[in-house]
Amino acid sequence: MTEPVLDVRGLTKRFGGLVASKSISLDLRTGEIHALIGPNGAGKSTLIKQIAGGLQPDEGSVYFDGTDVSPLSTAARARLGMGRTFQISSLAMDYTVLQNTVLGALGHRGDVFRFFRPVMKDKKLVQAAENALEQVGLAEFRAFRTSDLSHGQRRQLEVAVALTLEPKAFLMDEPMAGLGLEGSQRLIGFLDGLRSKAPILLVEHDMDAVFTLADRVSVLVYGEIIASGSVAEIRSNPTVRTAYLGEEDAG
Amino acid sequence: MKREFLLNGGLLILLVVIPAVAWFTDEPFLITLVTRAVIFSIAGIGLNFALGFGGLVSFGHAAFFGLGGYAMGILAYHAQTYTPMLEWPVLVEGTNSMMIIWVIAIVVSALAALAIGALSLRTTGVYFIMITLAFGQMLYYFTISWSAYGGEDGLSIYVRNGFPGLNTMDPIQFFIICYVLLLVVVYGVYRAEKSPFGLMLQAARQNEDRVQAVGQVPYRLYLTAFTISGAITGLAGALFADLNRFVSPSMLSWQTSGEIMIFVILGGVGRVFGPVAGAALFVLLEHSLGGLSEYWHIYLGAILLGVVLFARGGLFGLIAGREVAHD
Repeated sequence: MTEPVLDVRGLTKRFGGLVASKSISLDLRTGEIHALIGPNGAGKSTLIKQIAGGLQPDEGSVYFDGTDVSPLSTAARARLGMGRTFQISSLAMDYTVLQNTVLGALGHRGDVFRFFRPVMKDKKLVQAAENALEQVGLAEFRAFRTSDLSHGQRRQLEVAVALTLEPKAFLMDEPMAGLGLEGSQRLIGFLDGLRSKAPILLVEHDMDAVFTLADRVSVLVYGEIIASGSVAEIRSNPTVRTAYLGEEDAG
Repeated sequence: MKREFLLNGGLLILLVVIPAVAWFTDEPFLITLVTRAVIFSIAGIGLNFALGFGGLVSFGHAAFFGLGGYAMGILAYHAQTYTPMLEWPVLVEGTNSMMIIWVIAIVVSALAALAIGALSLRTTGVYFIMITLAFGQMLYYFTISWSAYGGEDGLSIYVRNGFPGLNTMDPIQFFIICYVLLLVVVYGVYRAEKSPFGLMLQAARQNEDRVQAVGQVPYRLYLTAFTISGAITGLAGALFADLNRFVSPSMLSWQTSGEIMIFVILGGVGRVFGPVAGAALFVLLEHSLGGLSEYWHIYLGAILLGVVLFARGGLFGLIAGREVAHD
């Protein structure tokens, strides 16, 4: 079996008395979508932060593409190929859609310390940015100011920026949130095709999306992974049903 | 966008027309006044590079302004007294060549900004403001106690430094030098704002997480911006000392830091030409209100309050609209 692209081993994070992550281990293999689900406050975002580098775990380590990235900064992990999208859109709000996407392409190419040539006239960067916008369906909004976009469109833009990074794996924190039905359907179709380029660790609330897309699902409750397996296994798992899915059935 | 372009052009033209008219009507005082505005503009553009583009509220830019001033003062002092600056290990003599002085002023203030920035940028927000203020005050008190170069009294330079082919003592010729330097600085900063570095730096101001997620380190961007910012303000300091043929610790005082910040805020934070408008307005107020009352700062304060409360984009925001030009 090939080595997983992302391998999380025994991550533990405590905030005072609260254990936000309890010895979490999970991995992400080439070509798959691994969904991470769990109720609000289960520690999904805390886990993503530890993987992406914003938060240091108290114990455990993160292996990415065969190397231990635990001591590395967020920026260094991004350069190694972690393409992250944020739960709360994290974009340069005063920039246009195209500028935000060019920013990604520029960050990926790495020659940032150039002071003279206009970056928006760099054909290669703009081309890469426009390709990414085209893929997520934002091409016609390229000249819009980012703060004028709807929440759903900002999500799409997050994904577009991640695409320009040509990552080895995507970490997506609720990319569907705020998207309408049509937008969700479209993004589901897009992510479905994306997994062949790079595997996706998908944190998502939208169960339809998770059950349509995921090759594997891990369920996080109170900082602990209580179950992990295929969609069918998770659906029929009694612990999961009471801890999590049960709420939805009742409602 | 178009109005902003017209405003930029209008400002640059105004800054030439006034001295030109003053030259014909033989009013050297007015030329000196505009020269002062031009030099302040350069200082403000320097600060704006850090404050406007990088969001780094430095309250210690007088340090770089003063270092540029002292670079000029010390070099020219040794040239005028025919004493070497340093005899061992190598002989270093003073100079009264403006161009050499500019280069040294830029290098000295850039190095100081690099050192101060490297330490200060480990903090953010109010702490950053306070630590830059502290560094500024440190250098201020250092110059006060530096008796070799006049201490509290400062240094007088009797003859303005030389520029090949020009008589720098002639106000209009010195004005032209300063104006051309302003054009060079404005053009450089205008290009830098739209460059890859400019895009990434301004993104860091808006959202550091975003910059990290695309693999870049905000600290490096900030430090580079702070260094460039200090260098530009240092150049302005050298010119200012040459304008007055005098340098003293007051150039490094926190009031000077405040004034440089006022140029930026009055004119419009984050716009290339903002500080030019701000500095011009400041000099105009200083001259017109200063004639009315010694306490003219009261009126300046009221205007500043008005700008901060009702015209957040400064003069530029008021006239050219809030939207910052893109693409």
